[in-house]
Amino acid sequence: MFESLQENLSAAIRALRGRGKLTESNMREGLELVRRALLEADVSVEVAKDFVARVAEKAVGERVLKSIDPTRQLIYIVYQELAALMGPVDHSLHLKPGVSILMLCGLQGSGKTTTCGKLGRYVAQRGRKPMLVAADLQRPAAIEQVQIIAQQLGLAVYAEPTAKDPVAVCQAAVKQAALVGAQVLILDTAGRLHVDQELMDELTLLDRRLQPDQVYLVVDAMTGQDAVRSAKAFNEALELDGVILTKLDGDARGGAALSVKAVTGVPIKFVGVGEHLDALEEFHPDRMASRILGFGDVISLVEQAKQKFDEEELQRQQAKLRKGEFTLEDFKNLILQTKRLGPINKLLSFLPGMGGLAQMMGDLDADIQLRRTIGIIDSMTPEERRNPKDLIDHSRRRRIAAGAGVEPHEVSELVKQFEPMADMMKRIANLGFRDRMKAVQELSSSGLLTPGARLAKQKVGTGKRLTPKERAKLKKERERMERRRKREEKRKRLGGND
Amino acid sequence: MGLLEKLKQGLKKTTQLLNTDIRDLFKTRGRLVDDEFLRELFEMLVKTDMGVEAAQEITDEVAVAFRARVVEMAEVLEQIKQKLKQLLAQPAAPIAMAATGPTVIMVAGVNGCGKTTSIAKLTHMFQCQGKRVVLGAADTFRAAAVEQLTVWANRLGAEIVTGPSGSDPASVAHRTVARALETQADVCIVDTAGRLQTQQTLMQQLSKIHRVLGKQIPEAPHEVLLVLDATTGQNGISQAKHFTDAVRCTGIVLAKLDGTAKGGVVVAIRKQVGLPVKLVGIGEKPEDLAVFEPGPFVDAMFAEMS
Repeated sequence: MFESLQENLSAAIRALRGRGKLTESNMREGLELVRRALLEADVSVEVAKDFVARVAEKAVGERVLKSIDPTRQLIYIVYQELAALMGPVDHSLHLKPGVSILMLCGLQGSGKTTTCGKLGRYVAQRGRKPMLVAADLQRPAAIEQVQIIAQQLGLAVYAEPTAKDPVAVCQAAVKQAALVGAQVLILDTAGRLHVDQELMDELTLLDRRLQPDQVYLVVDAMTGQDAVRSAKAFNEALELDGVILTKLDGDARGGAALSVKAVTGVPIKFVGVGEHLDALEEFHPDRMASRILGFGDVISLVEQAKQKFDEEELQRQQAKLRKGEFTLEDFKNLILQTKRLGPINKLLSFLPGMGGLAQMMGDLDADIQLRRTIGIIDSMTPEERRNPKDLIDHSRRRRIAAGAGVEPHEVSELVKQFEPMADMMKRIANLGFRDRMKAVQELSSSGLLTPGARLAKQKVGTGKRLTPKERAKLKKERERMERRRKREEKRKRLGGND
Repeated sequence: MGLLEKLKQGLKKTTQLLNTDIRDLFKTRGRLVDDEFLRELFEMLVKTDMGVEAAQEITDEVAVAFRARVVEMAEVLEQIKQKLKQLLAQPAAPIAMAATGPTVIMVAGVNGCGKTTSIAKLTHMFQCQGKRVVLGAADTFRAAAVEQLTVWANRLGAEIVTGPSGSDPASVAHRTVARALETQADVCIVDTAGRLQTQQTLMQQLSKIHRVLGKQIPEAPHEVLLVLDATTGQNGISQAKHFTDAVRCTGIVLAKLDGTAKGGVVVAIRKQVGLPVKLVGIGEKPEDLAVFEPGPFVDAMFAEMS
């Protein structure tokens, strides 16, 4: 499913690419695919509809239509809007001096109890003393579960094994907190359906009596269209302060995040990314936006690239390349710049249309390969880096290999591969962005970017190769000469006999 | 007006008449099936969680059959419902019982989908049929999971086999079957720890439990039930696929259907994985388990829409 979606989006992007500027009609096609992507990710139908309408409005604007690369701009708008809708971020628990109360609520099985433990750990790590409160008196053994979790984490816990009234338990817990000096109470309430009026009333009562400082709704990231309904009901009953999204370590695309944010308007604070009690992370709308869209981190890649590439260095290199210079030193810088963006395999999977390449690379660890390459280059003298082919002889080769901790043949291979690569780089440097992408794609399809594969040296005329016609002519000439030689020899012999 | 013109005009009327479907001639109400109608229908279908693919397929079918006709949305929905009911149909007796000896049932699912509660309900169902049940608490991972099932066992008066926290779940499963054989119980239900279908090592562990269950009774497990939370969206398909790959699931228990979630993802699952829904959970009490009936289920899917 995920793959197909990625294909869909790649197709959408392809459809937009190469058609020049954005028109309302070709953008509509792309937006339709974005809408599908959102629905596939379980974003609510209404939310998806509003979202696409909003993006369309922005994208049809003049600025976009006049821009140089409208495709990227559309993707960027889609992504930005998505991230904006799920933001702004607010990871603060808004703890106050003295005792703060955090209350967790949600449907059954959304992950409240585990999150309760994770939050306790999070608070404790930031120097506050938390106390977990077992306020779920419904589910069998829920109290034991909180107790065990607290024990595992070495945290304080308040539980009354035989209690019937969660309000009384929580009120007793507040008193207990004052006695033991706990600063943050985390209430683990029972899971309930938003349509169960009795239990929702109980929750409202708990809210009124205890006045918790923060009320968080715990939402399963795998939730479908129903997310809107339940989040709305909880928000109306309680005035939520935040949302915690759980089970994001699976393959769910998590469209529920968008839906819940859209209906409640409260920030998504944290995400649960595993069963272990340290698997709680702060929420990042940008990452979530990419996840929901399903096309890797195309946009964050653009962003990252912008930030991390040293613009000047890049321009310097470009200028050099245009002049036809590309040394091993430049090659190394290029590798380092690319590496700063993340593991190569991952990087490739980010790029639409390059997923196949990443797959092809498979187990072959491109990063290790690149580290070795950098090691080899580092072991060369500046002159050797500038002119490897002519300068590196057997003895130098052995020295470099020893310095880099590789086999001598690897040095030769790099030198051999470098030449066609330099050619290629020089060629690419003189192309525009679109042609450059095309060139890279061509390269990838011809297997040139596969590490370990031998780059083929481009064939250059040696001045010795002849056409068949010329060869035939030469042969004829040779035979003629031969005949003449024989004739003359014969004549000499005869003449000598004379 | 010349004769030709007259003729043309006459023919125009006929063409207009021919363009409207004869079946719609006498209708005074209803809507034209156009792009807007189809889009509306598509959205209705997506809202049930059946997924974009299934929704598109159905919308396309409607487009072919009804485009440019005047119909009532309710009529179209009725036809769709009939088709879905046929698709989701399954035999009346959902649980295949062993011919002789205990029937072994393995229960699996993601975290928090309602496995333990569903097992309590299953136990109650079998007890009502006069059968004796042995439970196996093979979720040795999650805190207090064993206690949770033990509480249920005590409440329901069923025997339970447990192991210490963190021990090998397969050994608990093995001992549960042994106990069922020894006491000549009718049914043996094995609980497993919740796990996301993408966690490979945990899925392998599940396969191992499945293998171990067959050691003492070759046909066991007779049923492998995947518990699916009715609020789950499209991820349900991935769950069904991966769990079926790992332990050859025989059916779904659709839990938490008493909320507002439609559980339409089972349509996509039936289409793509072929896994039928056998039982539905409709509350928190032991008796809140019902045999799945496509009729009421499909009707409820579209309850607020038509």
